[in-house]
Amino acid sequence: MVTGMREAFVDTASGLLAGDPRTALVLADISADAFLPAQRRHPERVLNVGIREQLMVGVAGGLALTGMRPIVHSYAPFVIDRAYEQIKLDLGHQDAGAVLVSIGASYDAASAGYTHMSPGDVALLDTLDGWTVHVPGHRDEVAGLLRAAAAGDDRVYIRLSTLENRAAHAPRGLTVVRGGGRALVVAVGPMLDPVLAATAGLDVTVAYTATPRPLDTAALRALAGTDVVLVEPYLAGTSSRLVAEALADRPHRLLALGVGRAELRRYGSPKDHARWHGLDAAGLRASISGWL
Amino acid sequence: MTTTTTGAERLPALLRRLTGDEKHSPSAYSTLDVLWVLYDRVLRVTPATVDAPDRDRFLLSKGHGPAAYYAVLAAKGFVPEAWLDDLAGPDSRLGHHPDRTLVPGVEIGSGSLGHGLGLAVGTALGLRAQGEQARVYVLTGDAELDEGANHEAVAYAGATGLGNLTAVVVDNASATHGWPGGVAARFHGWSSAVVDGRDHDALAAALTGHDGRRPHVVVARVEPKW
Repeated sequence: MVTGMREAFVDTASGLLAGDPRTALVLADISADAFLPAQRRHPERVLNVGIREQLMVGVAGGLALTGMRPIVHSYAPFVIDRAYEQIKLDLGHQDAGAVLVSIGASYDAASAGYTHMSPGDVALLDTLDGWTVHVPGHRDEVAGLLRAAAAGDDRVYIRLSTLENRAAHAPRGLTVVRGGGRALVVAVGPMLDPVLAATAGLDVTVAYTATPRPLDTAALRALAGTDVVLVEPYLAGTSSRLVAEALADRPHRLLALGVGRAELRRYGSPKDHARWHGLDAAGLRASISGWL
Repeated sequence: MTTTTTGAERLPALLRRLTGDEKHSPSAYSTLDVLWVLYDRVLRVTPATVDAPDRDRFLLSKGHGPAAYYAVLAAKGFVPEAWLDDLAGPDSRLGHHPDRTLVPGVEIGSGSLGHGLGLAVGTALGLRAQGEQARVYVLTGDAELDEGANHEAVAYAGATGLGNLTAVVVDNASATHGWPGGVAARFHGWSSAVVDGRDHDALAAALTGHDGRRPHVVVARVEPKW
């Protein structure tokens, strides 16, 4: 019984290490305890470099250049924000692949403050070419996404969170969860349950994806009329560009909801931050119904 | 058609094709002798084995000013000599920083300083995990060591005894604040050799002087840049 997304990741990654000698795991102390059994079994493929995130990503690039498949894991602000140039050069510019798996998301560690938040991780990867981004909404979506990512050679980011929906859904593509008429509301990952609660009784279609990159623009075009609402668990507007491109040939309106840019300088809980960013059910309902 | 295994005496002519400069002597290139000795005497890699899993790896971390690198690759037959005549042109595969996807035999794209050592550590770990006996050489400059990313790699490789890794630091005393106590003293847990970066026999001995249990650093001292 997995107790959360991180545990699902540890279980699945440990299984991949046992099953495929191409798999390597690169850590910078975060979650090292959870991987100790795997490290004892595969000491040359479970590599904890210490608190050295630039090296963590550089090592992943070097491993990939020798034909291995590195899985890289840390807190989102450390694996993405801190090591951005290593992601750009040691992976992308080398034409090397890796699977980056983060925990922490936008404000899972709200009580730790802004240093441990990464609302901008997906936007940062959007500056680079060729990244697939998975934002699972439930722990049971993690294993399939990770196994598929590990089987490839490309660049994949899997963004785990302690915020989850009550049930797992199909994590790929854009799939309708509730049909309606007046607008299409796209919920990414853990935003689905708040969106469903916020839109109860509203005449809107709610569609879910846990794979915002590449965004399923074919389904978006098929499901959207003229009014689209994006609800993302990272920086508001991160996917606006892709919606605008997908609907460039038709007049449309877009409401893009997500985490605000302003640093709140408050601690509290993830639920507090969701409320402050207008991403709880009440805040979403106010934004969406006001816009409709 | 020139033969691909000519000696070092051809390097000045190859460099002139890259730079168009008739006056520069080979000594203007701080890395030239190290690169020649590596490719001529040390590295187990040839144009025929650039994709072989068990080849030795050479990673040029200090990617700026790669004329000496390209000249050596051409002299050894990794790239056609004709490529040297259009350095950084719109259709050239050779730029002022190398791109591994464009140049046969080039293991990493570099230019932004401080990336090669981390990639080299990962490459060495990957070879070790796959049971390959190949060795990884990475070339940096003394000023490049200012970049903090290097220190993550140096400390980790030293602490874990990464025995299939050799760093070559071409020291032309160009680091703005210098390295008091010497460059080699910063490589804790490594074996080290400090040699004249123009002495081919001394370089060859130092570059093969690893013990296999620790990473090895060769500091190749050349004329100060300033």
